[in-house]
Amino acid sequence: MGAILLISQTALNLGFQYALVAMALFLSYRILDVADLTTDGCFVLGAAVSVTMAAAGHPILAIPAAMLAGACAGFVTAFLQTRMGVPSILAGIITNMGLYTVNFFAMGRSSNASLLRVDTVFTLLRGTGIGGNWYELILSGGITILAGVLLFLFLGTRLGLSIRATGDNRDMVRASSVNPAYTVTVGLCISNALTALSGAVVGQGQKTVDINMGTGIVVIGLGCLIIGETVLGRRTIGKGIIAVMVGSMIYRFIYAIVFYTKVVPIECLKLFIALVVALAIAAPTIKEGMGFQKRRLTALRKGGH
Amino acid sequence: MLRIDDISKTFNPGTVNEKTALSHVSLHLQPGDFASIIGSNGAGKSTLLNAIAGSFYVDNGSIALDGKDITFIPDHKRSRVIGRLFQDPLRGTAPSMTIEENLALAYLRSAHGKAPFSRITKKDKEFFAEKLKLLGMGLEDRMRQPVGLLSGGQRQALTLLMATLVTPKLLLLDEHTAALDPGTAEKVLELTRAIVAENHITCLMVTHNMRQALELGSRTLMMADGNIVLDVSGQERAGMTVDDLLRRFRAGTGKDLDNDRILLSD
Repeated sequence: MGAILLISQTALNLGFQYALVAMALFLSYRILDVADLTTDGCFVLGAAVSVTMAAAGHPILAIPAAMLAGACAGFVTAFLQTRMGVPSILAGIITNMGLYTVNFFAMGRSSNASLLRVDTVFTLLRGTGIGGNWYELILSGGITILAGVLLFLFLGTRLGLSIRATGDNRDMVRASSVNPAYTVTVGLCISNALTALSGAVVGQGQKTVDINMGTGIVVIGLGCLIIGETVLGRRTIGKGIIAVMVGSMIYRFIYAIVFYTKVVPIECLKLFIALVVALAIAAPTIKEGMGFQKRRLTALRKGGH
Repeated sequence: MLRIDDISKTFNPGTVNEKTALSHVSLHLQPGDFASIIGSNGAGKSTLLNAIAGSFYVDNGSIALDGKDITFIPDHKRSRVIGRLFQDPLRGTAPSMTIEENLALAYLRSAHGKAPFSRITKKDKEFFAEKLKLLGMGLEDRMRQPVGLLSGGQRQALTLLMATLVTPKLLLLDEHTAALDPGTAEKVLELTRAIVAENHITCLMVTHNMRQALELGSRTLMMADGNIVLDVSGQERAGMTVDDLLRRFRAGTGKDLDNDRILLSD
């Protein structure tokens, strides 16, 4: 019983924390239709800024600072692709590579940093006694849900509408007297701020940051996004935002179960995750293919062959 | 209103694909003019419209609208005063967004839409519904449905409404009814005529329908090889038949009008 509770608590907590990455990808990949590979480095950047500032005694200020740093990274990627003609995937990879050095310096010329006996946003909340044993979950959930609500409201504004139209029909954005370069830039700044926010919360939650902790985050985020959409569908913006959270929870539940029960040997974890994500992304196609085969077989049988 | 002076455009200069699409074109439109353009394949009709809308910058010459030089103004800024419809009804709307949201985007061209964090107000919605009613397609009851669910004709009518929601100084129509079935095309054309007349919009329309080119509007232009070879209006145009037009074209260019989609009558 205790194990189940622990698994659930961990999965929900991490689910909320990493859902922000999936939310960022929802904005860049789904809405803007831009494959933004800044994510991995940006996640570490958020964590690095957050942990470094928390170590300096500003755990709360660390969160918006990390988001600002993430937005800057997003701006660089957007600048490269909208103003310099760098293809979008390449722009993200280039920024990502540059961020490796930036992250190194953000951690004080070190490849990792830890928080020892200093306050984090989590210990601050525990100190107030709110939420009892569930304080971590309440804070992670609170931040992610707040971010989701704000994103939802933002996408209903005139600027938000033009960002949504950018992924849909750029010609039409231009015809509405809006420069798509501008909407892509704003969109990528926001999405990378969300990624950095995720890194910031994870960093303070784990009290540590490592230069490689972002590796593969973009794939996992995309997996969560697609798991969520497979479960909930993606008709509207509101549903899409809820879907990324649900997808992230499901992914973390699978991960936690594997981790605790050791169904899969721990050294094979990455391969297992890659399989789960690939399956999630391929699910719609597999489903369609199976439906087709079924229909074909039925038709063949009827035909007496 | 529109003053085009000696513009030229060559695509892929210096390569085997070099193509002079516009060669020293000049055109002046008076306020309220409705001019239609016909011409051979590759005559430069769409290129001319693209040049005016700012899809590319011309190699030389100048374009001025309402006394303001717009030669080097980017397309998204020109769109504040220039409305535009394409042949493809899918190009003017965002399919996954609702009718209401599409109209709100088009409304960004007004001063009203300047505040980036403002939302669609109830007043906006009423205004949109009122405009949609004019289309007579019942779209005012479907404002929360994604535009992707509409038919091509409905989408083109909506695009027309969006292009004129904030009255433009110039409306560019690039065979905007060519992809629609005849009945729908007639309806969209009728709407175009009504909206243009009501708001006194200066209009430039590319068509492949000869009869349309003579009947609609106040002026008929013919293009060949990146040039305007014929420009008739007023008395001269009033008595013209399609045959007259073809004869004049042959006299002007020394060859027959060669357009595989041209409609001599309908």
